[in-house]
Amino acid sequence: MTLTMFTLNAFYGLALAMNMFIIASGLNLIFGVLRVINFAHGMFYMFGAYITFTVTKSWGAPFFVGVIAAAASLAVISLVIERLLLKHLYDKEHLMQLLFTFAIVLLMSDAAKMIWGTDQYSVGYPAGLGGAINLGFVVLPQYQLFLCAVGPSIAVAMWLLVDRTRWGRVVRAATQDREMLAALGVNVPMVYAAVFTIGSALAGVGGALAAPRIALVPGMDATIINECFIIVIIGGLGNLWGSFLGALAFGLVVQFGTVLAPNWQDVLPYLLMLVVLLIRPWGLLGRPETGH
Amino acid sequence: MPERRHLIASAIVVLLLALLPLAGSRYAVDLATEVLIYALFALSLNVVIGFTGNISFGHAAYFAIGGYACAILLTTHNWPLIFALPAAVVLAGLVAAVVGYFCVRLTQIYFAMLTLAFAMLVWGVAFKWKAVTGGDDGFTGIKLPAMLAHHVGFFYFTLAVVAVGVAALWVICHSAFGLTLVAVRENAVRAGFIGVDTRRMRWAAFTVAGTFGGLAGALFGMYHRGMYIENAYWTESANVLIMVLLGGIYSFVGPIFGAAALHLLQVFTNQYTPYWPTVLGLILLVIVLVLPNGLIGLAARFKARQGKT
Repeated sequence: MTLTMFTLNAFYGLALAMNMFIIASGLNLIFGVLRVINFAHGMFYMFGAYITFTVTKSWGAPFFVGVIAAAASLAVISLVIERLLLKHLYDKEHLMQLLFTFAIVLLMSDAAKMIWGTDQYSVGYPAGLGGAINLGFVVLPQYQLFLCAVGPSIAVAMWLLVDRTRWGRVVRAATQDREMLAALGVNVPMVYAAVFTIGSALAGVGGALAAPRIALVPGMDATIINECFIIVIIGGLGNLWGSFLGALAFGLVVQFGTVLAPNWQDVLPYLLMLVVLLIRPWGLLGRPETGH
Repeated sequence: MPERRHLIASAIVVLLLALLPLAGSRYAVDLATEVLIYALFALSLNVVIGFTGNISFGHAAYFAIGGYACAILLTTHNWPLIFALPAAVVLAGLVAAVVGYFCVRLTQIYFAMLTLAFAMLVWGVAFKWKAVTGGDDGFTGIKLPAMLAHHVGFFYFTLAVVAVGVAALWVICHSAFGLTLVAVRENAVRAGFIGVDTRRMRWAAFTVAGTFGGLAGALFGMYHRGMYIENAYWTESANVLIMVLLGGIYSFVGPIFGAAALHLLQVFTNQYTPYWPTVLGLILLVIVLVLPNGLIGLAARFKARQGKT
C-alpha cells in the first residue's frame, strides 16, 4: 500500500468514524443516563437521512436546512415517544424496554415505507463541500474533511454540556441516584425527556450528514444500529470518550478491512468487538457494572 | 417428576397433533411442522433466558450450525440420517460450548453483545465458505431418506423428534441442575455463597440451549430442503427471542405458545396485508405495556380472576 493509498484510506476511515460517532454518541448518552438500550436509534438515523432527502430534493432547500430539519423532526418524534410511552417503562426490566424500542423500530419501518416507498434515493454534496483539496501526494474530498471537523466538535460540545454545566451535573446525578435527585427538587422526568430528545436528535443529525455519503434504502437502519452498539460497547457503555475511541477503531477497521480483506467488512466490526470484549470485558474506557 | 395431569395433557397434545394429517390438509400439516420446529427452537433459547436470566442475541448461530451441518452431511457426504442428525446436533452443542465458555464470563448487555458477535462470525463463515455452504445462494437440494420425502412422513418425524426434545428439555429444566439455574438467575451472589459455581452453571445452560437449538435447525433445514445465510443472521435471533418473550420466560411451556402464536400470526397476517411489521410492533407494545409476563402471564391472570368469582 502506497503512502497515498494509506493516507486516503486512513482519511476515509476517520470520516466514517466521525459520522458513526455522531450517531453512536446519542445512543451512548441515552444509555448512560436512562439505562435504556434504544434499538430505535438506527431508525431515527434512517429518518434523519430520509427527511434530509425530502427537504433538499423535494423542497429544494439547502443541505444544512435539511440537517436542521432532520434534527428538529427527530427531536419531536422522540419527545412524543418518550412522553407517551417510554416514560412508563423506566422501572421495568431491561428486556421490556428493549422489546419496546424494537416495537418502535417495526412501526417506524412501515411508516417509512408508506411515506417514502421502497425506492433508493441519494442526496448530493452540499454546495461548497463537493470539491476536493489537493495536498500534493493525495487528494482529499472536502465533505469528508468536513465530517472530520464536525465529529470532534460534537464530542467537545457534549463534553462541555455534560461535564461543565449545571444541567450536565444534574444529568450526571440522574445516572447516579434518581430518587435522591428528585428529592432535591429536580424534575427528573424532564431531565430524562431532554436526554432522550438530544440523543435522538443526534441520530437524526448523523443520518442527515451520512446522506450524501451513502444510498438511502429501506433497511439502512438495521446495520447501523448494530454498528452503533459495537462502537458503544467497545468504548465502554455510557462513556463519551470511549464511544469516540470506539468509533475511531470501528472506522479504521472497516475502511482498511474493505481494502485489505474485501467482503469481510460485514464481519470485521463484530470481530473487533469480540477481541475487545475478551480482553477488556467492559470496553476500552468502561468500568465494571456495579449492580444497576 | 412430572405430575400426572401434566403427563396426560402432554400425551393428549401429541395424540391430537398425530391425528392432524387425517384432516387431509397439506397446508395444515406444513404449518404444524413449522410451528413444532420453532417451538423447539424457542424452548431451547429459554434455557438461557428464562433459566439463567441472560439474554442471548445470537441463538440463530446454533440453529444454523445444526441446519447446515445436517444438510451437508446428508447431501455432500451422503451420511445416513441416523448419523447425520446426531452429528449435527453434537456439533452445534460443541460450538455452543466453545462460544459459551467465553460469553459466560460476562453478564447483562455485554453477554448479549458477545453472543451476537459470535453469531455474526458464524454468519460470516456461512456466507464466505461458499464451497461448503453455498454462500449467499444457500445450501439447497438436501437429500432426505425416501420415508421423509413425503410431507406427512416428515411431519411425524418432526413430531417425534420435537416431542423427545421437549421431554428432554423438561427433564433438564426440572432437574437439580435446572433448579440451580433458577437460583443463579434469582441471585447469583447468594448462589455463589452456597457453593454453586455460577459461571459453570451458566456455561452448561448455554451449551444445552445451543444443542437443542441445533436440533431445531437440523429439522428446519430438512423441512425446507435448504439452509440459507439468513437463518444465521441476527434477525433470526431476534425472531426467536420475540417468540420466547411473547410466550413468557418464567414458564417452561411459555415459549411453545409464543412460537406458535408468532409464527401463525405472521403467516395469517401476510395473507392479508404487507404490513406484518406494524402488526408485530403493536403486539410487542401490548406485551410491554400490558402483559409483561407474556401469554402465559395472561392465562394465569385470567385463571386467578375466575378463581375469585
